[in-house]
Amino acid sequence: MSVELLRITDLHAFYGESHILHGVDLRVDRGEVVILLGRNGAGRTTTLKAIMGLVGSRSGSIMINGVEASDLPPHKIARLGVGYCPEERGIYSSLTTEENLMLPPLVGSGGMSLEEIYGMFPNLAERRATQGTRLSGGEQQMLALARILRTGAKLLLLDEISEGLAPVIVQALSRTIQTLRQKGYTILLVEQNFRFALPLADRFYVMEHGQVVEGFSASELPAKMSALQAQLAV
Amino acid sequence: MTTVFGVPLAVILGQLMLGLVNGAFYALLSLGLAVIFGLMGVVNFAHGALYALGAFAALLGMKWLGLNYWVALLAAPAAVAVLGLAAERALLRHVYKLPPLYGLLLTFGLALVIEGTLFQLFGSSGDSYPVPEALRGAWNLGFMILPIYRGWVILASIVVCTGVWFVIERTRLGATLRAARENGALLQSFGVNVPLLFAATYGGGAALAALAGVLAAPVILVTPHMGSSLVIVVFAVVVIGGMGSILGAIVSGLGLGLIEGFTKVVYPEASNVIVFVIMAVVLILRPAGLFGKE
Repeated sequence: MSVELLRITDLHAFYGESHILHGVDLRVDRGEVVILLGRNGAGRTTTLKAIMGLVGSRSGSIMINGVEASDLPPHKIARLGVGYCPEERGIYSSLTTEENLMLPPLVGSGGMSLEEIYGMFPNLAERRATQGTRLSGGEQQMLALARILRTGAKLLLLDEISEGLAPVIVQALSRTIQTLRQKGYTILLVEQNFRFALPLADRFYVMEHGQVVEGFSASELPAKMSALQAQLAV
Repeated sequence: MTTVFGVPLAVILGQLMLGLVNGAFYALLSLGLAVIFGLMGVVNFAHGALYALGAFAALLGMKWLGLNYWVALLAAPAAVAVLGLAAERALLRHVYKLPPLYGLLLTFGLALVIEGTLFQLFGSSGDSYPVPEALRGAWNLGFMILPIYRGWVILASIVVCTGVWFVIERTRLGATLRAARENGALLQSFGVNVPLLFAATYGGGAALAALAGVLAAPVILVTPHMGSSLVIVVFAVVVIGGMGSILGAIVSGLGLGLIEGFTKVVYPEASNVIVFVIMAVVLILRPAGLFGKE
């Protein structure tokens, strides 16, 4: 088994006429938590969507677990063991909480059981029969995350999961990510919230104008801090 | 004798019962349309032709292969489902991203091709299908003599409609279908083969139309164009129930059959237009239909 779980080389992505990604290069190793930093519009969300095949068109190489995924349809990419949690959370209003949870098919072995998930997110157990979109914002975020833990996916693509949530929920999510990391999940996280992201990550990439402009490890962070603050300030 | 509006009650009940038989067909056909429209956003103008195809499949199965009615009840919808699946893969899947008009025109063309082919092969005079042995005879309900076969049609339609409703609203497969209609792209990113789900749905909708065709074969003349006038009423039923609403299609199908039957008693001249009058009123008061959302 190689160390490398995801390698993206010279990835370009387009929505119709607009060229969003201009040659993204990045790598995520097995068991790592890697965070994509950048301003809004830098192309971080599009990078995750492009990995899943949810953009208009793309070129370049996306190797997932040694398989070239750039010419596969989304359902086959998921079956390589990828779980995607979109920025808008994507909770289905026509499904109950539990139906939402049970919706994604298994894409690998060793996913969490329903009991384990309810143990991790007791709120969801209480509200299992409630319509998915009637949950609070925080509960919906937990549901969107829990939904891809059941499937056996080992590579999780998480987009802005702390966005718009109360600090206490953000802390709970942070603990969840740490637990997932201990369990051996590999996570590529798009994040705006510095305080949420910093303690979690092994490595960081910074994106600008549809490209990765910088990559560094957690140990290099303190020296970079002030430059980053300026770079990412809106 | 009891009378209502000067009409004997027995006559009213008799007409209501016949209305319910028509309603059973409306419900089955509008259910298939609702399933297809709900998931795929395609207004399936080929539905009437698929209904005729179901009846022909039963007829030819009997003539050529000696298949009896009960086998036809399963085999004809299965055969038409395969055809629907093939049509979806070959043609229909190319129009999902285009405006709805393209799907409508394509299925309309498909209807012309199917009906034209049946006409070329078998002519327009039509043929009749015998009522199966076990369902011959009639029940005396007191207020009317109900042919057993018509009672069977009502029963079969209600059972099938309830079954389809249950699958869509209460099972995991149904949850997947509901998710596909809400956000198919995300569902596909979870690993569900959504294109295959679309093809299977069209096949399933086609099978429902064909099943209605087999049920209808013993009570009407089987002709290539048997579906073309019926399908217009069925579209009105779907609009009244709410485009894409499963429950709406079933309830308004049966309900409008009853209303049509009742109209035949109190004002027969209006019985052919009552469904469309109701449709107009519903569109004014509740543009999304009785069970539609928004």
